[in-house]
Amino acid sequence: MTSRTFSALTIRNVHKSFGAVGVLKGIDLEAQPGEFIALVGPSGCGKSTLLAMIAGLESISSGEIWIGDRLVNSVPPKDRDIAMVFQSYALYPTMTVRENITFGMESRGVPKAEQADAVKRVAALLQIEPLLNRKPGQLSGGQRQRVAMGRALVRDPKLFLFDEPLSNLDAKLRVDMRTEIKKLHNRVGKTTVYVTHDQVEAMTLASRIAVMHQGSVQQFDAAQTIYSRPANMFVAGFMGSPAMNFIPAELSDGEGRAAVTIRTVNGGSAALPLAQALPTRAPKNVVLGVRPEHIYRFSDDLRQRKPGLAAVQAPVDLVEPTGAETLAVLRFGDLEVTGRFDPDTAPRVGETMTLGIDMARACLFDPATQSLL
Amino acid sequence: MAEQAAALLFDAEAAAASRRHFWTRFAIYGVLTFFAAIYLVPLLVVVFNSFREQEEIARNGLISLPQTFRLDAWRDAWSSYCIAGTCEGMKRNFFNSLWMTIPATIISTLLGAINGYVLSKWRFKGSEVLFTCMLLGVFMPGQIALMPWAFVLGKLGLTNSTYGLILVHVIQGISFTTLFCRNYYLGIPDDLIKAARIDGAGFWRIFRKIILPLSPPILIVTVIWQFTGIWNEYLFGVVFTSGQQQPITAALVALTASGTTARAYDVMSASVLIGALPPLLIYLLGGKYFVRGLTQGAIK
Amino acid sequence: MSTQDLTIPITAPPRPWRDRIGTWAPILVLAPSLAASFVYVFLFTAWTLYLSVSNSSLLPSYDFAGLQNYVSLWSNRRWNIAYTNLFLFSGFYIVGSMAVGLLLAILIDQRVRGEAVWRTIFLYPLAVSFIVTGTVWNWLYNPVDGIQALVRSLGWSDFSFALTADRNYAIYAVIITGVWQSSGFAMALFLAGLRSVDPDLVKAAQIDGASAFRTYRKVVLPTIAPIFLAVAVIQIQFAIKTFDLVAALTRGGPGVSTTFPAIYVYDLMFQRGQIGEGAAAAVMMLAALAVVLVPYSFWVVWRRRRESGHG
Repeated sequence: MTSRTFSALTIRNVHKSFGAVGVLKGIDLEAQPGEFIALVGPSGCGKSTLLAMIAGLESISSGEIWIGDRLVNSVPPKDRDIAMVFQSYALYPTMTVRENITFGMESRGVPKAEQADAVKRVAALLQIEPLLNRKPGQLSGGQRQRVAMGRALVRDPKLFLFDEPLSNLDAKLRVDMRTEIKKLHNRVGKTTVYVTHDQVEAMTLASRIAVMHQGSVQQFDAAQTIYSRPANMFVAGFMGSPAMNFIPAELSDGEGRAAVTIRTVNGGSAALPLAQALPTRAPKNVVLGVRPEHIYRFSDDLRQRKPGLAAVQAPVDLVEPTGAETLAVLRFGDLEVTGRFDPDTAPRVGETMTLGIDMARACLFDPATQSLL
Repeated sequence: MAEQAAALLFDAEAAAASRRHFWTRFAIYGVLTFFAAIYLVPLLVVVFNSFREQEEIARNGLISLPQTFRLDAWRDAWSSYCIAGTCEGMKRNFFNSLWMTIPATIISTLLGAINGYVLSKWRFKGSEVLFTCMLLGVFMPGQIALMPWAFVLGKLGLTNSTYGLILVHVIQGISFTTLFCRNYYLGIPDDLIKAARIDGAGFWRIFRKIILPLSPPILIVTVIWQFTGIWNEYLFGVVFTSGQQQPITAALVALTASGTTARAYDVMSASVLIGALPPLLIYLLGGKYFVRGLTQGAIK
Repeated sequence: MSTQDLTIPITAPPRPWRDRIGTWAPILVLAPSLAASFVYVFLFTAWTLYLSVSNSSLLPSYDFAGLQNYVSLWSNRRWNIAYTNLFLFSGFYIVGSMAVGLLLAILIDQRVRGEAVWRTIFLYPLAVSFIVTGTVWNWLYNPVDGIQALVRSLGWSDFSFALTADRNYAIYAVIITGVWQSSGFAMALFLAGLRSVDPDLVKAAQIDGASAFRTYRKVVLPTIAPIFLAVAVIQIQFAIKTFDLVAALTRGGPGVSTTFPAIYVYDLMFQRGQIGEGAAAAVMMLAALAVVLVPYSFWVVWRRRRESGHG
């Protein structure tokens, strides 16, 4: 036997079905010690089921889940050395905050003195000392969230599981708590699996993201890779807001350089030279994926700085200023394309503007398989 | 001028509206009072008559304001009035009912709470089907079980005994209590149970520490329902017990049936009140929670 | 998805016995109640069903006698009166208590003062047994001592109110008393239903210019339609089981005019020693109940399916 180093969490070919319905179809994931993994996807993609299976709250139809060097398939939740924060917080309503936090230790027969020390440590860490004798019903949403995290932290587990912990908070508090979770993770350094449907949360918090859809992992990679090189059109469309523009295009080989031809307004067309070499065995028809922030107001000056820039003309249908930036709906043939502009160079409605598309950052997809070329 | 006219017009409209408002309120309270009288008169008649002298009742009629006041009827009804040849009043039957109702209520409520907990928070394959089958017990008419019960109680040696009635009421009551508790527990988030399982709590610890502390609203409903239901039950009482073992409902019927010519309304009124007081007290104490709980969980 | 799956995973290594007990605890705890309920619901029903086709008389016997008991039951005039009474009573009782209950609920819902007092007054009969109610109303209906005597003593000397003494009207005395007893219960459920209606809905109707009557008829009552059905089903159950009320109020009389199936079953089984025929009568009661409850439960299941289909 050769010794091997174990990941903090290993998931191998895990399946789950409820009756005849397959909910998870062969999931493979692993997390290094101390890593922050986000499971992200639309509702119904199976991410929460997967988390419940890691926690031991759902049985596994087939496959293996390892926590550290231990196969935990049939280990009950209490023996998996995990802690979990729920979307609803799941604070015990009849107990005080202190009792909520110590309930787990009490269940395990930890001595009273030790419990008191642990509560003190966690309360200080989360700044909830003044709340210890209150009931959950007397707390605000943010305070409940802190207590729920306190209950998880006090255990000092091998693995932290978060199930959409911020989705019940209002927008401003959500951003604050997000920052706080990040700080906390940096400080505590525990392996964490974090389920969310909010791609911004996933991007900001996680070192690696698993994007899930219809019961399988579409892509499992570093956050930036997921954003800039999405494995397929689903990942590309799901991550990023406003979403990536998908423009049907035709590959051409004009002027010795590979280019894509797209339709423009009034039945015209434009050839955009590709920044990279043409992928081998590419189909003739492709989908050009362009993120809104990679569309600029064209100028020669910009051309100098961004060599991949390709010019195209488009009329402006609608302008949405948000303050920090201005979004504009541009018309490419029959298609609406969203661009994201600096307020200073923002387009006006009715204007036909010359756009620069940064082809170095654009993605090409195969419309048949939907995957990245 | 125009302004004045407008103000006048407005005043007239406002006055009409307030007149209309007054008459609407008057009608509402009028109808409510009428119905309240219908609901209260029978109660008042019985209460008054239990304190009136029999002669006065005979002279002034059953329904009239009391002119005499004495407690003799209550004493007679409690300890010395003759029912079917035995002159011990209602007290033995009262205690029969009490010692039947209290244990049967407690046992069926506890079983219902545990069953409801399992059927809502520890569901397994087929548990919904089992629950539906249990639920049928709610709808069974007692008559269909009379002969089988008579046989079973005979075999167990529990004929003509309070224990036999306790058994019957517990088993008949489980369907109700389970239904009430299960429906209520369905409203407790599953996440609480999951969190507790991760915290290392098992089946019983979750029940004791999390479910039970959340249960008072539904336990009040169940206890009131069971207590009043069992106390007021007549069919099983009259079929499975006789004479001194009978619960108070059966004794009341025997008592009022035994009056041949001149009815002793004073003693009978006191007896009726003795038979009605325990559930009335329970209801007056907990009625508020009863209606609230019933609509929260039980009837869905 | 919330359903817990207790099946043991395929790759399970040996587990400590305590865990296994933990897994089985819910089923073990449920087992005694389940067993008892099954005996009660299925075995007892089957038993009575069997008795109904046996030739049992004074004692149970298990010799098959075919449908003889049912034939003799249905050829009996008293049973036919009882079954007719059941439908007559059920109809008036349910409609009556729901109408009174709804009226009271709507009145109380008009932000009246002392709401708790009104509610308590209308609901207290629920806590009292049918025996007590029946006994007291028996007195009130009594022509010599009761309401008739009172009104006559006030000067209206030919006033007549003797429902229970007249075999054509005694059934209405039972109905009135039944409504008196249980309209409060209907009121409580209706009131809870009215309170659960979204206030914005009522406001919207008012802004649309609907009168109070129209608001109730078109907006409020339709939204609490399921409560109507629930109340009706609960009342039907009470109606079919009606035994206590009649036993205390009229004892089935005068003559046999207020006999009910529940009374008749009791008489056959325990007074006349005709257990087989009594069992047949009990089975007919169950049949009457099933006629109501089976369609209702199908409707409930259908509604739930439709809701979950949309959700």
